[in-house]
Amino acid sequence: MKEVRLRVRRFSTVLAAVFALTAAGGGVTHAADPPEIVIGSILPLTGPSAQTGAGLRTAQQLAADLVNGHVSYPLPLVGKSGLPHLGHARIKLVFADSQGKPDQARAAAEQLITQEHAVALIGTYASSTTATASQVAERSGIPFLNPDSSAPGLTARGLKWFFRTTPHDGTFAENFFQFFADLKKTKNIGVKRVAIVGEDGLFGSGASDAEEALVKKNGYELATRVSYPATTTEVNAEVQKVKTSSPDVIMQASYVPDALLYMRGYKQQNVEVKAILAQDAGFIDPNFVRTLGADAEGVFTREVFSLEIKHRNQAVPLIDQLFRERFAGKPLDGNTARDFMGVLVLADAIDRAGSTKPEAIRAALQATNIPGKLTLMPWNRIHFDATGQNDGGVGIIEQVQNGKYETVWPFDVSVKPVIWPMPAWKR
Amino acid sequence: MEALGTFGQLLAGGLLTGLVFALVAVGLTLVYGVMDVVNFAHGEFLMLAMYAALGLALVGLGPLVGLPLVAIAMFLFGIVVYRVFVRRLLAGPPEATVFGTFGLLVLMQGLAQALLTSDYQSVPSPPLQGTVRFGAIALSQATLVEGLGALVLTAALFAFVEYTETGRAMRAVAEDRVAATLMGIDVQRVNGLAFGIGAACVGAAGALLMLSYPVYPTAGASFALTAFVIVALGGFGSIQGALVGAVLVGLLEVFGGFYLSPELKMVPVYLAYLAVVLLRPQGLLGRR
Repeated sequence: MKEVRLRVRRFSTVLAAVFALTAAGGGVTHAADPPEIVIGSILPLTGPSAQTGAGLRTAQQLAADLVNGHVSYPLPLVGKSGLPHLGHARIKLVFADSQGKPDQARAAAEQLITQEHAVALIGTYASSTTATASQVAERSGIPFLNPDSSAPGLTARGLKWFFRTTPHDGTFAENFFQFFADLKKTKNIGVKRVAIVGEDGLFGSGASDAEEALVKKNGYELATRVSYPATTTEVNAEVQKVKTSSPDVIMQASYVPDALLYMRGYKQQNVEVKAILAQDAGFIDPNFVRTLGADAEGVFTREVFSLEIKHRNQAVPLIDQLFRERFAGKPLDGNTARDFMGVLVLADAIDRAGSTKPEAIRAALQATNIPGKLTLMPWNRIHFDATGQNDGGVGIIEQVQNGKYETVWPFDVSVKPVIWPMPAWKR
Repeated sequence: MEALGTFGQLLAGGLLTGLVFALVAVGLTLVYGVMDVVNFAHGEFLMLAMYAALGLALVGLGPLVGLPLVAIAMFLFGIVVYRVFVRRLLAGPPEATVFGTFGLLVLMQGLAQALLTSDYQSVPSPPLQGTVRFGAIALSQATLVEGLGALVLTAALFAFVEYTETGRAMRAVAEDRVAATLMGIDVQRVNGLAFGIGAACVGAAGALLMLSYPVYPTAGASFALTAFVIVALGGFGSIQGALVGAVLVGLLEVFGGFYLSPELKMVPVYLAYLAVVLLRPQGLLGRR
């Protein structure tokens, strides 16, 4: 009996230790240094998205180091040895782990605000964790800058302290129709019937909703709309639905396994469309082209970034080089480039505010107006509308040509001409 | 005419889809039939087999050549899992196997995520990507091979259980464990063999599925869920039942998806499942 009690006690001690560790795990990896300006960054540093999180952290830290450094690039506030209007105060990023979990992201935000005295927050990659962390910032009256979450609803919550630099899934849908308009204008290519295919989760249904609204608004015909469970293991019925609706183009939002199923289904059923336009995800995974080979040729997908933007801003290859040096040779991509820019936008606003008071920073963010060519992105500008959404955001459209994703739109950053219609299925 | 063509296409697609489902379900039903254990980690066995097939493909042995190797490796894996783990669970209360195999599921998924990352991985340019045409009906070679593979596998398993000495021993254990022991059947050995064969089935399934699916740590889960429905529908422990149940599920899913809506395609499947559970709880071909 005594032994049992002892064991129970030992067990509770272990349990308490585990709890203490997990609580601290939400935790902060640097201690604050008072003379510096602390920006709190919430990222998925552990959990399923940890690899992405590590890249984002590297990109943000690189941006902060360039702001604190003296080497100049065609980018806002870089190379001025800190923030000039604040006596060259240095930016200090304090990172906290969201573990990719909404509740953990909330705890991380609270910790950064109350214990680290962050003057602003940045993060958090996943839309679900951004949603909870930004609520904490709103309640505390601290500006929150989101560079990388694409759920349209995030800027529809009426928050005062929330700013998003990246375009959202609705913007990307608009880009498809601008692309059609440009094709009509320059090449007299007409598109009429649009089939919309999307998985039925937050991502797919959000994208499909936006596309459907735009089909109607822009006077196109909706051939069919297919909404399917993302975990499905077969898409026989879905492909038949698309085929029998005889569309000109398919707009698709799918993850990897389902994207592969659909592509094979389209080929097998000889679904002849002029174009398949995908909302990245499964269609831009390295596996997509590797697995499908020639069958992936001609597929269009939207992207948020391309190294080809070097034609507009020569900082792109330089930052890419610096990033590779810090991140095991891996190139800058859409996520890391957006997070890099996010830090610059915040630093620029804090500098213009000339103060670390939250209200002043918020006002400066609202007045942000950075021209597109001073960013790493294909955007027109960075300027926030009343909801806090950057209204200058644009995506790019890439097409698989000879097994590579080539930028084909907007035409001023494109490297290859559009192949239209996409090639017939190889028998 | 076009509507008829669509119908034929859906029918063929549904049948083949069902056969692919059967591939995963037969191993599950065999293990249940012999030892009354629902292996919740069945989907994770499938995932492991898919990774094994991928590994072989990366060193030059494509999924079809690698199939027997994966099946044998999974057979041994199944026996080891039985000897070290499941056997101990059987000695405990009935819930022990439920929690135990569920724990195995969590462990295997976690290990796969930690060691192999959660990225999607597939066989680079897999074979059999062409299309076979029967009049208006077009079928992919890969699905056709998967479907035929399922038929052969199920038939072989059925013949093994019905007509061999070991198969008879398995059925004896399934019917009455105590009586079987009294007849001199080594129940542990039979159990281990059943677990091994169940795993080998899923090994063959994993190799075949790599022709058309990517693998990732939770890849087995979506197949396993359907497999559980199929086993309940066809009758727990019945191999023919699994085949019939699988084809039924495939057809219901495909027709439901087309004539109702893809979003609702699982509704007819689960309705059929509910109807069977209410009206014939032992399943379509199950024995009481």
